[in-house]
Amino acid sequence: MTTATPEIVGRGNADGARLFREWFTDLTAAAAAGRGAAYVFVMGSLAELLRTFDLPIVFPEINSLQTAVRRVAHEYLAEAEEYGYSPDICGYVKADVATQLRGGVLPMGKIPKPAVAVLTNACNTYIKWAEIWERMHGTPTFVLDVPGSRAAGLKPGPGDRDFEGDRTYVLAQLRELITLLERVTGRSFDVDRLRESLGHANRMSRAWERLLQLNRSRPSVFNALSDGTIYLGVANALRGTPEGAAYFEDLVAEMEYKVAHGIGTLTEEKWRLVFVGVPCYPIFRRFNELFGEWGGTFVNSTYLWFASGGTNLGFQYDLARPLDSLAEGLLVSVRDAMDSMFFQTRILADMIDGYQIDGVVFHPIKSCRTVSTGLADNRRALMEMKDIATLFIESDMMDRRVVSEAQMKNRVDAFFEGLASRRAQAAIAAAGR
Amino acid sequence: MTLLFPEWRDQPLDEALRACRDLLEDDRFPTVRRWRDAGGRVIGHFQVYFPEEIAHAGGLLPFKVRGAPIEPTRADSHFGSYLCSILKTSLELALSQRVQFEAFFTHPICDAARNLAGVWGRNFPYPCQILYLPQNANSAHAAEYLRHEYDRVRRTLEPIAGRAITDDDVRRSIAVYNENRALLREIYELKRTAPWLLPADEAYVLVALGGLLPREEHNELLRTLLPRVRERPARPRDRIRVVFEGGFCEQPPLDLIRMIGRSCYVVDDDLLIGLRWIVEDVPPSGDPLQALATAYLEQSSHSPVQHDLRKPKGEMLLKRIQESGAQAAIVTAAKMCEPGLEEQVVHTRTLDQAGIPYFVSEFEENMTSFDQLEIQLETFVENLLFE
Repeated sequence: MTTATPEIVGRGNADGARLFREWFTDLTAAAAAGRGAAYVFVMGSLAELLRTFDLPIVFPEINSLQTAVRRVAHEYLAEAEEYGYSPDICGYVKADVATQLRGGVLPMGKIPKPAVAVLTNACNTYIKWAEIWERMHGTPTFVLDVPGSRAAGLKPGPGDRDFEGDRTYVLAQLRELITLLERVTGRSFDVDRLRESLGHANRMSRAWERLLQLNRSRPSVFNALSDGTIYLGVANALRGTPEGAAYFEDLVAEMEYKVAHGIGTLTEEKWRLVFVGVPCYPIFRRFNELFGEWGGTFVNSTYLWFASGGTNLGFQYDLARPLDSLAEGLLVSVRDAMDSMFFQTRILADMIDGYQIDGVVFHPIKSCRTVSTGLADNRRALMEMKDIATLFIESDMMDRRVVSEAQMKNRVDAFFEGLASRRAQAAIAAAGR
Repeated sequence: MTLLFPEWRDQPLDEALRACRDLLEDDRFPTVRRWRDAGGRVIGHFQVYFPEEIAHAGGLLPFKVRGAPIEPTRADSHFGSYLCSILKTSLELALSQRVQFEAFFTHPICDAARNLAGVWGRNFPYPCQILYLPQNANSAHAAEYLRHEYDRVRRTLEPIAGRAITDDDVRRSIAVYNENRALLREIYELKRTAPWLLPADEAYVLVALGGLLPREEHNELLRTLLPRVRERPARPRDRIRVVFEGGFCEQPPLDLIRMIGRSCYVVDDDLLIGLRWIVEDVPPSGDPLQALATAYLEQSSHSPVQHDLRKPKGEMLLKRIQESGAQAAIVTAAKMCEPGLEEQVVHTRTLDQAGIPYFVSEFEENMTSFDQLEIQLETFVENLLFE
């Protein structure tokens, strides 16, 4: 990892795109072979466990966002709305409904039917979503209940009776899930394979945590929104695999090289921003350009926290007690993912300090109430806590009908003008002291 | 105990029912004010279900936070655009100090509601928490987990109560609530067997007052009024029997329920289902928290916000229709309600397959005009009556 060469720069994005394509090619092959898949979600995918049963893993959230990035989401949404779903519900769900009605056909390939659905309660819509597969395909579903933080700052840890009560519950459910997976796949649980998979996940988690830390540097070495979404794709799709672990270790090497050589992102960094919410996938590239044109770059995001299922914590499984440790890791990490949505004020304040942030961009979306409901109030609280510029723009992650690029540009432009004014005033004040 | 709602006493039935309606529609919540004026403390809990017995056992008043038909002038700036009304008006009730609490609980019933603990906690100094009701109802360990969670709630409430909340306290409260559950079941038995005696809006008011009163007082009210309702000289009318679905969280305006009652007998519904979540007596002996936890999972109703493999949504709707002898269903959802809107698809497809007629609509608690909706509903009803 220390024999870095200039060719290393840009490797992460290229390799990430390749791995992602290969993953989808494998899913298409599995569908062609008539194999059933495990349908999972990004917050608590349990990929580490599912891989030990040789189940192809499908992430419907990722499939759905891909339809938006590839600008065909509206076709899928229309089909689901024709079926009966309201324009006012989650666009990811609707794109998946249409995908199922199309027999799994997506722009990137074809996904296998669900043999089992495994989901946590990190998002309630996961549960309603899985009920659709229950009805459409008779899919066995398993809700792995991960109790989240009960209140801001209420964080009991190992040894505390409330934490232990939750851990016992998660562990018991894991055992029940294993029984279900054995039944669905006809295979016996292999604890050694789990240990192996957890080991790969440990390497990935360690690297992910380090990756986020590396962006504290000036200039930042990756864009949390554009580059970060590629990383998230790999982090989810290849969690628990040697390829996924190696990818992130290589990525860390690339970013350490960039830090050492003062190489930033494509944007000439004038403003360091945090992104809060879910990206605007219908105009993904353009959305980022709106900020990049002003020299704004996203150096961190809550998305990199919650959409990685809390991998940002870098939790390390204890391979000597794999199942117990998986339960603890799941509880701690998924809870952290939920905290970065529901109780994020302190998290954002720490980001502002740790990453030398100039502004925070809140992007609530129509489709996702999990992420969006608290943002306006969070913004108020954050602005009381810190002297920080913020931007609040609403649109959607899927539905271009509620994305107004012109209106968005006006708001973004005004935001940067405000940032420039703040900086000028601060300079004047400093000169006067 | 301080009498919080004396207005209905010694009144003829219609006057007593009018007093009940006035209380329900009074957005100054006079019973809560009287409770506080007497030194009482109040625990707010958002829809759908909360184990009120635990708060009651500590001498606290559990208050069901279910929004209100008010303008969220203060709360609006705390939320974005694409949200159901109940979230905003519930916060408005607290920000405007129409009601004041010593603690607030919300639940992971939906993505929006779960956020309320964070929102509330940033605006009020008292404990604002999520009660994590189990979402894996089929786990053999869910009841044990929930018992632990209820114990955590008890520990949270004890400092507010200013004393320990003992098992005996909870057992006594369970007995009070068992009586209440029986009386609420009686209301629904009346709705099924003699709906002409108790129109939909009146039945709703009688149930809903449970969220505003100590249960002892609610019990007394129902014990007194229900026999008098049975003696009403009302006769059956030419109306169709319907089940109303979609009222598990945000509540339709009372006038909307009354409007439906003009052409339909609402013989069952899911309005305020949390007050009726536990469908049988909870054992008043043994470990009371374990009994409540088990009852939540094993002796309970159903709703779009609880996933239980034993309660497939479509089948549960058909069961509700069959057991109430309904001819049709009104399948509604609150605007912007993710679980409710998703459930509409299940329900309408299920009813299509079963050949049961249905009427679909959306509502909002702040609606004031129902003319168009009434014409549509009447047309639907006439089609059934004269087919």
